[in-house]
Amino acid sequence: MSKLKYALFTGCTAKQSTPELLSSTLAVADKLGIEIIILEEASCCGASHLQDFDEFLAHVLNARNICYAEKLDLTMITICNTCQLNSAMTKHALDSDPKLKARVNEKLAEVGLEYKGTSEIKHFLYTLIDEYGLENIKDKVTVPLSHLNIAPFYGCHNIRPSELHHKSNGGENPYNPTSLDELIDALEGHPVNYAHKNKCCGFHVELQANHTSEVLAGNAMLDAIDNDADIMVTPCPLCHLKLDTYQDDVAKVMGRDVELPVLHMPQMVALALGCTEKEIGLNFHVQKATQLYKA
Amino acid sequence: MSDKRKVTLKAFRFNAETDYLPYYKNYTMEVGKDELVLDLLNRIKWEHDGSFSYRRSCRHGICGACAIKVNGKSVLACKENAMELLNLFNNELVFEPQSKKRAMKDMIIDKKDFWDKHAAIKPYVVADIDPRPEHESKQSIEEFDKILDADLCIQCGACHYACPALEVNEDYFGPAAFVAAYRFSVDTRDTAGDERLELTFQGGQGVWDCVKCFECAEACPKEINPIEKITKLHNLQFERGIAKSNIATRHAEGFVRSIRKHGFLDEADIVVYSEGYLGMYKHLKTAVKMMKAGKIHWQDGVPFIDNMPKIKNLDEVQKLIDISMTNKL
Repeated sequence: MSKLKYALFTGCTAKQSTPELLSSTLAVADKLGIEIIILEEASCCGASHLQDFDEFLAHVLNARNICYAEKLDLTMITICNTCQLNSAMTKHALDSDPKLKARVNEKLAEVGLEYKGTSEIKHFLYTLIDEYGLENIKDKVTVPLSHLNIAPFYGCHNIRPSELHHKSNGGENPYNPTSLDELIDALEGHPVNYAHKNKCCGFHVELQANHTSEVLAGNAMLDAIDNDADIMVTPCPLCHLKLDTYQDDVAKVMGRDVELPVLHMPQMVALALGCTEKEIGLNFHVQKATQLYKA
Repeated sequence: MSDKRKVTLKAFRFNAETDYLPYYKNYTMEVGKDELVLDLLNRIKWEHDGSFSYRRSCRHGICGACAIKVNGKSVLACKENAMELLNLFNNELVFEPQSKKRAMKDMIIDKKDFWDKHAAIKPYVVADIDPRPEHESKQSIEEFDKILDADLCIQCGACHYACPALEVNEDYFGPAAFVAAYRFSVDTRDTAGDERLELTFQGGQGVWDCVKCFECAEACPKEINPIEKITKLHNLQFERGIAKSNIATRHAEGFVRSIRKHGFLDEADIVVYSEGYLGMYKHLKTAVKMMKAGKIHWQDGVPFIDNMPKIKNLDEVQKLIDISMTNKL
């Protein structure tokens, strides 16, 4: 296999509240021999909130991010479902609407950039599966996760709208996604089958519709717990923040104890590949997860 | 692949007048490659159990009556090929009504909440029209294009009953009502746009309670993409000056403030800015937990103040904001 090389759009979360996401991503890439160039120029994707305020501005900023991946002539990989969605939505809008593309490029020209549409945008989960390959990952496992029941939590923005994502997510069925389950299998863990694996975590309305947010998170977590999950894993740091940080609040609303370590997808892979504790960074979790080092 | 496949279908059964709880029944049959879900519903009724109930009418994907869920996926029974679904779901199909809690008999639900919300949004052109006009009230191509595809909605309820926000919060209008609100509010003949934008601005019932899960976009059998119209309603509320400063609007607009300063979103600042200092008491417990876990940046020893990472070439982003921003709060 020729060496894989990608431009990484970190997103805001990996640079702030979930540093463990960035360190585990880089550790996994290093172990697998994948070369990563961090797009240090990339700005926030708007997280679908800037889009509510000013859709055009959001397109301009996302197009600028993509320009930097195009300059390197690399696929832009994301480690956040919401970054993936918003970048892909801008790419789709610009690639299918020449007038919009021209309007955006008129703005970008003012800072010496041009959006061409030459770089693909793909979440790291799907680069690992489609381009590195599950079999190859399997060969590198040094700490099999066979002692863990792992509940995959897919996160909306990697699987819906399926029409937008199908080219970059291996045609995942949004009503019955399987990629994370297959990855867990490859790491010799036991995937937990539960109905809420493809549902919403409630993150995006945490501030203005707190009750809705807690119930959606609670439904997912309790479904996983009731199906004997030891841990949950998600490719999205926003799902992670909601599901890890708010367990006390969720428990209060749901009237039941909610205690479940929630791992980022690269952390789970890093555990199985035998990366260091510092790289995996379980100490950054609110719900205690460091016990997983001892298994 | 053979043209026929022997499968067992599982169907939700419930009669609100006689049953205490719903139950599921299995029906085994050979399914052909051209059969639609509606054909299978018919065959359950005609070949297995005459009491099996479901709505059907036009069988051309235009009346919206036969919408149900198959393995959680919203479908119009008369449009959906059964073999494709069997392939998608490994030969196991489960037929359920759009909303189990609203089930009246088998696939038939009480859709009152849908129609009430749809009507409340005034899904028609509100205008003083001359009762004896000399010619039609014409629309230019440009005017018509603004409506996008929102006019194609057939009120089947697929998006409405796929929406998790609505499942939790009964006050929420839901995606179908928002599509109608958008469609008529951008109609240049209409005069009730501001009224609809006010209705859809209110917390609890309005667009700001959308959880952004894209279930509606996935569910719509007419490929209308309701969440696109929800985003446009958000934008229109700012464009037409309906949006007031509150936690939700400051959260959206606050992204510009953060991005201008750092290129990144300042995760701590956006909460303070959206809530206001007085509203922060709600978040203290979470903030303390996050600080303990090292999730809030501290490099300078003072939380929230200038310890943020910054992107490279931030000046480009600042310039782009200045020349591209079209809205203000």
